[in-house]
Amino acid sequence: MRIIVLVKEVPDTYGERKLDLETGLADRAASEAVLDEISERALEVALTYADGHDDTEVVVLSMSAESAATTIRKGLAMGAASAVHIADPGLAAADLGLTARTLAAAIRRTGFDLVITGNLSTDGSGGVIPAMLAELLEVPNATALSSVEIAADAVSGTRTVDGGVMRVSAPLPAVISITEALPDARFPNFKGIMAAKKKPFETLSATELGIDPEDLSVAVSIMTAIAEKPPRTAGTKITDEGDGGTRIAEFLIENRLV
Amino acid sequence: MTDFPADSILVLLEATPTGELATSAAGLLAAASQVGTPVALAVTTPGRAQSLAEQAAALGADRVLAVETASASSDLTIPQVDALAAAAALVAPEAVLVSNSIDGRDVAGRFAARTGAAIAVDAIGVSRDDEGVIAHHSVYGGAYNVDSAATFGPLVVTVRQGAVDARAEARPVALESLEVPASGAASATIESVEAVTETSSRPELRGAKRVVSGGRGLGSAEQFALVEELADALGAAVGASRAAVDAGYIPASAQVGQTGVSVSPQLYIALGISGAIQHRAGMQTAKNIVAVNKDPDAPIFEVADFGVVGDVFTVVPQLISALAERKR
Repeated sequence: MRIIVLVKEVPDTYGERKLDLETGLADRAASEAVLDEISERALEVALTYADGHDDTEVVVLSMSAESAATTIRKGLAMGAASAVHIADPGLAAADLGLTARTLAAAIRRTGFDLVITGNLSTDGSGGVIPAMLAELLEVPNATALSSVEIAADAVSGTRTVDGGVMRVSAPLPAVISITEALPDARFPNFKGIMAAKKKPFETLSATELGIDPEDLSVAVSIMTAIAEKPPRTAGTKITDEGDGGTRIAEFLIENRLV
Repeated sequence: MTDFPADSILVLLEATPTGELATSAAGLLAAASQVGTPVALAVTTPGRAQSLAEQAAALGADRVLAVETASASSDLTIPQVDALAAAAALVAPEAVLVSNSIDGRDVAGRFAARTGAAIAVDAIGVSRDDEGVIAHHSVYGGAYNVDSAATFGPLVVTVRQGAVDARAEARPVALESLEVPASGAASATIESVEAVTETSSRPELRGAKRVVSGGRGLGSAEQFALVEELADALGAAVGASRAAVDAGYIPASAQVGQTGVSVSPQLYIALGISGAIQHRAGMQTAKNIVAVNKDPDAPIFEVADFGVVGDVFTVVPQLISALAERKR
């Protein structure tokens, strides 16, 4: 079985994240880039299955800036067999539709039985890519799984939706997304890091995938305005001297919050 | 019945596992009525559409298209996408509004991919200009406001739950049934749905006017009850930091932040929460923030309108009794 895990490089949420006010693109220099934690958890699901099934091949796939190659290699160090990196400056401002079409083309090219993604990235938090991929790849989607069981010909799991808990299953091939309820990822060990250097790492352009990022015959979502909100400033800070609770009550009453 | 107004906005109604109209519908229909004529689409199991249509009309739906199919309860995502595609072909809407829920995102994503429409996600509102419908977004935890629009064709928008406070005026019920050719697209099977009924009388976290959240500083699941006590005194929803969720004080559904629920209440009270940037990302758009923490350097104080450096176990009980005093 071939499992493709989509991984994403994101600005580290432990630091301040910035958007370029000219282009609306993420200001990559403003914060450290890391492999999105939810991507690591998605990879862990695949690797756990591969641990028990020798005939399983795990491929990490990413569409990101050229500089993200190092981050993607972490996936190889964790245990993926190979990596596919779609790196094309023409895709830097890709909207969700173009992103989905490009990823789907690369997934088709690699071939797959199962695609695993995180449910939401920590930067865009769009959460629609898994379903868009399933539509374009003409396979079922089972998203936001908080537990996953992979079998030779099917995948099933539990998803917590508004107002209920749902059990779903789908025949393979399929696209699934997982939530952070699934286990933390393993750390790459020294052996893994060394082995990663010798693993296949393919870099692809949009053209090689038959994608024209400038195709104006396709409807795209464009940014029409961007503004930075003034940062919140601290208000009053007091040290409790036995009347802290009363002072909060007064603050709430003054501001008509109760 | 194909005379749909040029400014039609198609709204996908969501139903709860028990068949009621989901709470997201009110905001979606209100947003649609701000930019055009709301045409609602209900996809239900047979016999359910009439009740959903009545509820949707009360919330401002000008017309309701109904698709009744047994597959609505057995197949994941696809029945809604097929119905939405058929409805969009009939209505030719300027925009399609869907709730930014787990299921809503799936339907919107598939619909956009199938029809080649532009998609804008997690909008907090919509407006229009000369060229069409514009979606408004609040990104990076509320640090930036971004607007987006489609180059052409309808814009598919997923709308953040609880983000639209406005409500549309009720309209008379106008229900039309819609025939949907099945696309035959492969779908996952829904094997079972267990409805989780809220036993709590507290408001839902998403969209709550007031939120009281607790963090690791509460120390244990038993002591987390103090957060709930203050929430009840204020009629507030209960939230938590990831640290409190990870420590098992409270279920993950209460998590506020980057990877949990984003809230923008009138009042947000953070108890024993240090205020890591991931937490702040989910609450810093609150109108008023109050924080209690024993660490004077906790980052939460940087965004708090009123901060008390002190022990939650002495400050909060005093606050609760001061509030009780006032009620008397």
